[in-house]
Amino acid sequence: MSDKTINILSSFLAIFAGLIVGLIIMIFVNPMDSFGAFITILIGPIEMGIKSIGKVLFYATPLILTGLSVGFAFKTGLFNIGVSGQLLFGAFLGVYIGVKWTFLGPSQWIVALIFSGLAGALWASIPGILKAYRNVNEVVSTIMMNYISLFLVNYLVVKTIYFRLKTESMRIHDNAIIPSFGLENIFGARSVNGGFIFAILMVIIIYILLEKTTFGYELKAVGFNRDASKYAGINEKKSIVLSMIISGFLAGLAGGVIYLVGTGKAIKVVEILPQEGFTGISVALIGLNNPIGIFLSGLFMGYIQQGGFVMQRYGGFKTEIIDIIISSIIYFSALVVLFKELIIKIKKSRSSKKRVGEVNG
Amino acid sequence: MDSIAFIGQQMFIFSIPLLIVALGGMFSERSGIVNIALEGIMLFGAFLSTIVIRVIQINLSPELLNSISFGQLVLLIGLVVAGLTGLIFSLLHAYASINMKADQVISGTALNLFAPAFAIFTARTMELTGDTQKVPFTNQFLIKKVPILGDIPIIGNILFSHVYITTYIGLIILIISYIFLYKTKTGLRLRSCGENPQAADAAGINVSKIRYLGVMISGFLAGIGGIILIISTSAEFNASVSGYGFLALAVLIFGQWKPLNILYAALFFGFMNTIASGYSGIPVIKDFPIPSNIYKMVPYIATLIVLSITSKNSQAPRAAGEIYDVGKR
Repeated sequence: MSDKTINILSSFLAIFAGLIVGLIIMIFVNPMDSFGAFITILIGPIEMGIKSIGKVLFYATPLILTGLSVGFAFKTGLFNIGVSGQLLFGAFLGVYIGVKWTFLGPSQWIVALIFSGLAGALWASIPGILKAYRNVNEVVSTIMMNYISLFLVNYLVVKTIYFRLKTESMRIHDNAIIPSFGLENIFGARSVNGGFIFAILMVIIIYILLEKTTFGYELKAVGFNRDASKYAGINEKKSIVLSMIISGFLAGLAGGVIYLVGTGKAIKVVEILPQEGFTGISVALIGLNNPIGIFLSGLFMGYIQQGGFVMQRYGGFKTEIIDIIISSIIYFSALVVLFKELIIKIKKSRSSKKRVGEVNG
Repeated sequence: MDSIAFIGQQMFIFSIPLLIVALGGMFSERSGIVNIALEGIMLFGAFLSTIVIRVIQINLSPELLNSISFGQLVLLIGLVVAGLTGLIFSLLHAYASINMKADQVISGTALNLFAPAFAIFTARTMELTGDTQKVPFTNQFLIKKVPILGDIPIIGNILFSHVYITTYIGLIILIISYIFLYKTKTGLRLRSCGENPQAADAAGINVSKIRYLGVMISGFLAGIGGIILIISTSAEFNASVSGYGFLALAVLIFGQWKPLNILYAALFFGFMNTIASGYSGIPVIKDFPIPSNIYKMVPYIATLIVLSITSKNSQAPRAAGEIYDVGKR
């Protein structure tokens, strides 16, 4: 069995173990209804028809982008735990443009979306620069940047685009809503938007960048061994900063697709970081940091999120069980070593049995 | 005069939980395990602890419920519950990072996400709290004035009136931590595991065991810090410790992984938070048109600055975050 197959298998095992934790907690709460509700999480979104599938895509879109952001950084040797802060900063600039720059007319949404990405990139460039030039650990600096972003965005929202009655940002202009590119007609749900198409676009771009270009190869090389890359003539400082900028751009885009929608979603002035950034870590881990894997695992996370809502409506359990499952999946995906050993052990015992059988035969 | 006392009292309310949690983080990191799960552990400890406090208080007679001295007993029970909860919860992190050689940041993140999800799910499911995620409690813990000591000018006002018993507990924890880390054999071993686990191993120290100890202490202290934060800044537990676990991480770094420096850092950050949350009550600062959000940013920005200045000769434990591999040289 190749390393790749083992990795994929252990991803599935992590998902399975996470689901089991969720099930066990549900059994503790209400043994009678737990199995039915659990099944609803798993098959509910499909059973509920096409509109529900649209919701799955809607929830999956930002998760695919944040997963890509984390995964891309991982591939280039960086742990970007600051996706939430970058996302929030991107969201602010996007919503700001969506509220204020009405002079842009029908192009308002695309400008807002691009600036969301750029704001995220700007935010991520700071830990990138600190890492490249001052050797500051990016895990710590991105955590600090998360909270700086949180308080700065709260300050800026209140200062510029505040809707005092609801303590959140103002509604964006209709022109700033990302068009659905026909997805709305297919799924019959207003919430599906063109953001999903941008997410697919980004998956393709990042895949090509990482796998098919010299630039991507250089970024990966620096992640693999900074000193060796420097010796090989790669400008390793520039590469680190650029990796963070690209990762931050994806995070910022996620902020854009979350808030540039027609459902009245607004930036709330609260002291809580957006969860999508952290869920992105599990999306990246389950997706093995591979763009296509991330796309699939993002879809899966969106799927069980929708499963949670369907289940809450019909199954009687609170939807937070999904967050428990997702956090458990992250925990289990940290235990890859355990799963790998398990898989190898099972394989060994099988093949040795086979051999015994051969000898006896 | 009154405003100085007010600032002093407020500063301690914010600083003490930061101090305790950061000291917890110190033990983990100096043993070689990065613990970014402080936030989640605080939350988990505070959650179970407020539930226990709530259950006790529901069954109290009005007389006992109004008794401040009985409140101290309730609080002490709450502290023990929070500490033990934190300790047990942190074992998940220890197991992943020590036995399973998992990435410590990933494992920590998982705990950070699990704790609020579990707290909200459980609180919304429990009959005790109805359909909300909030766990309310009666604050019978605030000591108006400590007899005799409260009459000392200035200090009496700051340290011995409008105070929680946890302030003294925090300072005692600081002293014990200092002695433990620098004056005991186990403390020396713990430090050596964070600096050079291979050498420690060669000297006959059980690296895994020491690291377990470090993480468990951090879990215990983070749990205690969580409940202290909740009872002294809020009237209910609402599935959050408002980023204080990460702020404590900043305190730890700002304090350069040393107990006394951590105290100064905690006081400084507590001071910033005091200004941010109560600046309308402070005459001089009221006149500055700087919004509270800016003050709240200061600790994080200060930490980034310290990191970028000190990174060349960092005081961070050298092996922190690295997986201990016996075969590695």
